[in-house]
Amino acid sequence: MTSMSNNLLKIEDLTVRFHGLVAVDHVSFQVEPGTVHGLIGPNGAGKTTCFNLISGLIPPTSGRAILAGAPLVGPSWKRTRAGLSRTFQNIRMFQEMTVRENVMTGMQARLHASVPEILSRLGRFRKEETAAKVRADELLEFVGLAASADRRAGDLSYGDQRRLEIARAVASGPKLLMLDEPAAGMNPTETRELVELLLRLKQDGLTLLLVEHDMHFVMSLCDRITVLNFGRKIAEGTPREVRENPDVIEAYLGAKVAERLKGGTA
Amino acid sequence: MFAQILQQLPQQLLNGLVLGSTYALFALGFTLMFGVLGVINLTYGFYFTTAAFLALYGSKLLALPIWLALPGAALLAGLIAVLLDAILLTPLRRKKAPELSSLMVTLGATLLLYSLMTATFGTEIRRLPPAIISHAAIMLGGVRMNLSQILIVVTTVLIVAALLAVIRFTRFGLSMRSMAENGEAAELMGVNTDAVVRLVSFISGALGGTAGVLIGLNFNAIQPYMGETMMLKGFAVIIIGGLGDIKGALIAGLVIGVLEVLTAGFISSDIKDAVGFILLVATLWFRPVGLFGRAPAKRA
Amino acid sequence: MTTFLDNFFFSYQTLIFALGINGLLALSMYTVLAVGQLSLGQAAFMGIGAYVSALLTLHLDWPFAAVLLAAMIVPALFALLIGGPTLKLTGVYLALATIALGEIIRIFCNTSDLTGGALGLSGIPNKTTFTLIFGLLALALVNFVLIARSRVGRAMEAMREDEVAAGVMGINLPAMKLGALVVSAMLAGLAGALNAHANSFIGPNDYGFDQAVTILSFALLGGIGSPFGPVLGAVILTLLPELLTALHDFKLVVNGFIIVVAVLYMPRGLLSWRIGRVG
Repeated sequence: MTSMSNNLLKIEDLTVRFHGLVAVDHVSFQVEPGTVHGLIGPNGAGKTTCFNLISGLIPPTSGRAILAGAPLVGPSWKRTRAGLSRTFQNIRMFQEMTVRENVMTGMQARLHASVPEILSRLGRFRKEETAAKVRADELLEFVGLAASADRRAGDLSYGDQRRLEIARAVASGPKLLMLDEPAAGMNPTETRELVELLLRLKQDGLTLLLVEHDMHFVMSLCDRITVLNFGRKIAEGTPREVRENPDVIEAYLGAKVAERLKGGTA
Repeated sequence: MFAQILQQLPQQLLNGLVLGSTYALFALGFTLMFGVLGVINLTYGFYFTTAAFLALYGSKLLALPIWLALPGAALLAGLIAVLLDAILLTPLRRKKAPELSSLMVTLGATLLLYSLMTATFGTEIRRLPPAIISHAAIMLGGVRMNLSQILIVVTTVLIVAALLAVIRFTRFGLSMRSMAENGEAAELMGVNTDAVVRLVSFISGALGGTAGVLIGLNFNAIQPYMGETMMLKGFAVIIIGGLGDIKGALIAGLVIGVLEVLTAGFISSDIKDAVGFILLVATLWFRPVGLFGRAPAKRA
Repeated sequence: MTTFLDNFFFSYQTLIFALGINGLLALSMYTVLAVGQLSLGQAAFMGIGAYVSALLTLHLDWPFAAVLLAAMIVPALFALLIGGPTLKLTGVYLALATIALGEIIRIFCNTSDLTGGALGLSGIPNKTTFTLIFGLLALALVNFVLIARSRVGRAMEAMREDEVAAGVMGINLPAMKLGALVVSAMLAGLAGALNAHANSFIGPNDYGFDQAVTILSFALLGGIGSPFGPVLGAVILTLLPELLTALHDFKLVVNGFIIVVAVLYMPRGLLSWRIGRVG
């Protein structure tokens, strides 16, 4: 029997093994609609692997993810069409395209003009294309990149590329937006602006699931947090509960000590 | 009719095994390159041709005996493979270029090298000096074979055994295996990936070269495009065997060799060359991961 | 003046036709490269188109328009046969499978009585005209530009830059890849039919590996930032051996060299301008 609790994303027993190594080990959690949910843990805890499993980039050994009641199956493009969207830890911009074209590419799942319509410039084409352009410019305005719409995406600064990637991911009109380390490599000002941006997305009703290392960022933004260590879920709760959980403290402390030891011998 | 087929069968099977051994030997280096280095290196057929030419001139001009000409030519082919990898593929590896870039660059290089070779040597068929190896038939329990055929089978067996031992039991083999699994991780764990790349290129080049000399010897026909013909067979062998799968390549090579000889013997020699390609297309449809199902058929 | 033009056209007709036909072949290569795939079967698709069209004209006396249509449909079916299973695999498989197709076709045409064996087919009536070749080339270019400036063009460029990210955008990757391969096979088949009805003779060795690589060199020299790049590449590589006759014997050396240099040092090709993607 499935529980009738109010959830948008439900992860059930997700497991993946690579060559005998269990990277994600029977992980289950739920994301409630309209919330910001954090997925944290020391390096190598399996957070990004979890993202890749949910978005369909790698097949799970067992378990599944359910979005708004429908199991997510098949390759990533089908899951995007089912209402999932994501960004990447190491930004994957379409560098040669312009900033606006990148955002419009994010709308693939919502554009339906057929090839005859495209070739004749008739039917749905004009209306759809114009609407897409307007929507792209709105999103660029929203993330503060309106002035760069016609620039080559690869020429943007690092922080701007991060924001562009978010605009591109929002463009598909997702039910759930997954962000893989959105604040990585940002300076404090950029991080503050990012928090503001994500809170505005939340206000607009979007549900966010994010992986992040910056603890201050996570604690100030998330409603709930799931903690992974060595592929297993070790804790879950509000930021305060998680911060005070002894297992979590040990996991992070252990990782720090190990890191220091490694640094000492290298 | 049926009795006649039965009577011919042992000889046909033997011929098929010899042909299959050369395919297996040739495909070994090719699939090794893909397995460890992650590229389809189309210059591979060129090492095959080059070694055959080196053996030809070594035995003709320097009067080298076969037991010197063969390893000498194979070693030189290995060095050429290292050189070509450094010129063509290392820059792409540094740039982390997509896999098809390396396929295209080696494709262009192959065309360039073959055309230059044809311009220099012409397309006529050259022959090794007859004294290099005896072509007298040896009867072995009703089947006929000659010294070069025995040499092919024995060399293939020895080389395969040596290669498998290196991969399984040596430190270098361990480095190779870890690079085959995940190049970046191997580098982080302290594997000297540049050294592995050079050594794998060398071994593969030498394997291709060995196959070239042996086939040149067996058919006694050497010309620039022999490597390209062999290369086309090589594609079929490595896909049917599973990309990067050494055992698969061995079995697939033998199977194709036997099937080709049987097709030529009992159906028509015109279509024997199509056997491998038809099997290739069937493999893609029904078993893209290859015979033993270990090929990286799908991108992560 | 008109006599001069007539004479000029007469002396250079083969070359002028080759420019347009190679332009179509370059576009057929572009279609596949533009979605980040590599096909080495363009010569085979061309050969299929050439043989199908020649046989229909010689034996059944079909009208030329129907012949051209068939010369596009039959290669498209072969593209489905080869492309179908490789779509979910890495690009390497398509490249190798298309090489296999080329070999199967070459062996078949060399041995079958239907295709005239190694002698090929001769006596094909000249039905191809200047207007037809360049009209079709222009039509193809216009269509490519219209496609480029649409959701499909954006999807194509996204796939070429980063297939994983393109998938996450919701782009139907298998449909796009198969569509591109089918369209490219149709264009190559069309070029093959036009060529067969311009030269009156076709042989099984005109569509081998060397021809496949030559078609690739058109696209890589011109660059694939827009559909105009490959056509420019085809024009240059068709004219070059005619202008520098010394190069004639080294045509393949030059083509191979161009591919190496293009991949290593000028990945954008000669025409580095990239076409906009907003309609």
